[in-house]
Amino acid sequence: MTTLKLHDVHISIGGTPIVAGVDLTAASGRRVGVVGPNGSGKSTLLRAVYRHLPLARGSITVDGQDVWRLTPRRAAQLVAALPQETRSDFDVTAWEMAAMGRTPHKRPFAPDTAEDTAIVTGALAHAGVGHLAHRRFASLSGGEKQRVLLARAFAQQAPVLVLDEPTNHLDVRHQFELLDLISAAGTTVVAALHDLNLAATYCDDLYVLAEGRVVAHGPPRDLLTPELIRTVFGVDAHVTTRPGDDTPYLILIPRPEGPVTRP
Amino acid sequence: MTALKPGPLPVKPAHRSRRSVTWAACAVLTGVLVIGLAASVLLGTVDVPTGTVARIIVWHLTGHGDPAAWTVSQDTVVWNLRLPRALLAALVGAGLAVSGTATQALVRNPLADPYVLGLTYGAAVGAVAVMVAGYAPFGGISTGVAAFLGALGAFAVVYTLARTGGTLAPLRLILSGMAVTYALSGVTSFLVLQADDPGTTHSVLFWLFGSLAEANWAALGLPAAVLAVTMIALFAQARPLNTLLLGDESAAGLGIPAARLRRHLFLLVALLTGVMVALAGGIGFIGLIVPHAARLLVGSDHRRLLPVATLAGAGFLVLVDIAARTALHPQELPVGVVTSVIGAPLFLWLVHTRARDTTGL
Repeated sequence: MTTLKLHDVHISIGGTPIVAGVDLTAASGRRVGVVGPNGSGKSTLLRAVYRHLPLARGSITVDGQDVWRLTPRRAAQLVAALPQETRSDFDVTAWEMAAMGRTPHKRPFAPDTAEDTAIVTGALAHAGVGHLAHRRFASLSGGEKQRVLLARAFAQQAPVLVLDEPTNHLDVRHQFELLDLISAAGTTVVAALHDLNLAATYCDDLYVLAEGRVVAHGPPRDLLTPELIRTVFGVDAHVTTRPGDDTPYLILIPRPEGPVTRP
Repeated sequence: MTALKPGPLPVKPAHRSRRSVTWAACAVLTGVLVIGLAASVLLGTVDVPTGTVARIIVWHLTGHGDPAAWTVSQDTVVWNLRLPRALLAALVGAGLAVSGTATQALVRNPLADPYVLGLTYGAAVGAVAVMVAGYAPFGGISTGVAAFLGALGAFAVVYTLARTGGTLAPLRLILSGMAVTYALSGVTSFLVLQADDPGTTHSVLFWLFGSLAEANWAALGLPAAVLAVTMIALFAQARPLNTLLLGDESAAGLGIPAARLRRHLFLLVALLTGVMVALAGGIGFIGLIVPHAARLLVGSDHRRLLPVATLAGAGFLVLVDIAARTALHPQELPVGVVTSVIGAPLFLWLVHTRARDTTGL
């Protein structure tokens, strides 16, 4: 199976260091959440995993293969991404969008085979949007769009799935549905998440990022303490458990004296 | 449960029909192109009977027939004037349409055309400078050579201005291209005003508005070769081009380094546009209208879009050239004037329909 390893990852944008020395391991089939306040470097970190931003130092490997030493095509066969923003200025149908997941598997001039069609149809059905195949992507709702993009990632058939804020702009039901689908996929998952309770519910391990560094990591149950929430996010938290199981559940409370200034 | 759900909004099913629409469009457009070429060879000031036209062409192609059955001037009109001109119209129309399609992917904007990259006015400055100075170091092809060099010069400037940190950001490309276009259009106007005889001014204006009057057999090889090479390169990169439409991040996740692809694409567009503009002057609107209309028919997948846009561009310019030659007979109109007159209302209609579309502008 497939393990994603980040070792001593440094990333700079325009000379400014954004991520400084991150180590992260997503063991085979594990769902790893990356949480942290705005500007902590979550998105930047994930962008380097799917080769949108280059590394200044360090390495990112999938089962020992350095993704930055592979061809872009080969790397995309190992890592599929659901980035934060997908442009839809052009007329693309849901089916065409999902079919783009086959891109890293195709050589120049190679036509779509019956196998490609079957994979794309299956991916759309698996993501629960088979009935939307003919619709224009731009005309879909936020939840439908995310599922079509997830279908694209499924069609890419990569063992590692990277998701940047996949639940942004989704209502609560769609958030649960999308994360259920991702969990059921069985691939190794690394996801940046804003909602700590969603992260606690769906992730096996969490990495807490602040100012481009990992300040803590571990299973949500051990990690999400009121002290950590206060130092990293600057808000008070009451930690309880979800009724019926022992998943941690946070009740966040604004501090009367305002947020804590981070060190 | 399902009964409670509101039904899907009535949206035109787009995917499955697109493959059959593509085949139908290609068939119809090929028909239009062939009919256009035939009409272009048959129509004109000198009356040549249809049968004679056919016999002249067959004789030149195969050597079968009797050259005594037609006059030398009929032979010249059909074989040396009308046919190369019709073929040049087809090549330039196809070239501008392909170049527009590629430009729209390059700057990730469905309402862009090769004009926004500043190439056309680069070519104009080169061509007009040579015409006004009356300087012809390369004989009859001096204007074309100067236009091509001008386009490449504009390309170099826009490329340098738009390039930041190894990537050509679409918005910077458009802004740099527009700035260069404005500057060079000022230079062009200045040069036109420097021409002291009306003859030069007339030929300069004719070139600026686009003309196929200089067509001859020798002038067809280069655009045909450049068009063929560009088309093969674009077809090879059709899937990567599709991912470019989704933004650089999505492209990266699909294994396509967008920055590198965009650099190569800009070079191809510059070469193709440079050659076409050098041969036929500033023909507007084809690079915008034709790809856009093709998108409305078959969507944005370049594997379908490119052949449809190519055939449509070729057919469109052949028909426009017939209109330019015959509408105000015996006076000949610059083809650019005709494409603009047809193109502007079409463009407004497209903007209008797009504004209602969910895709927005």
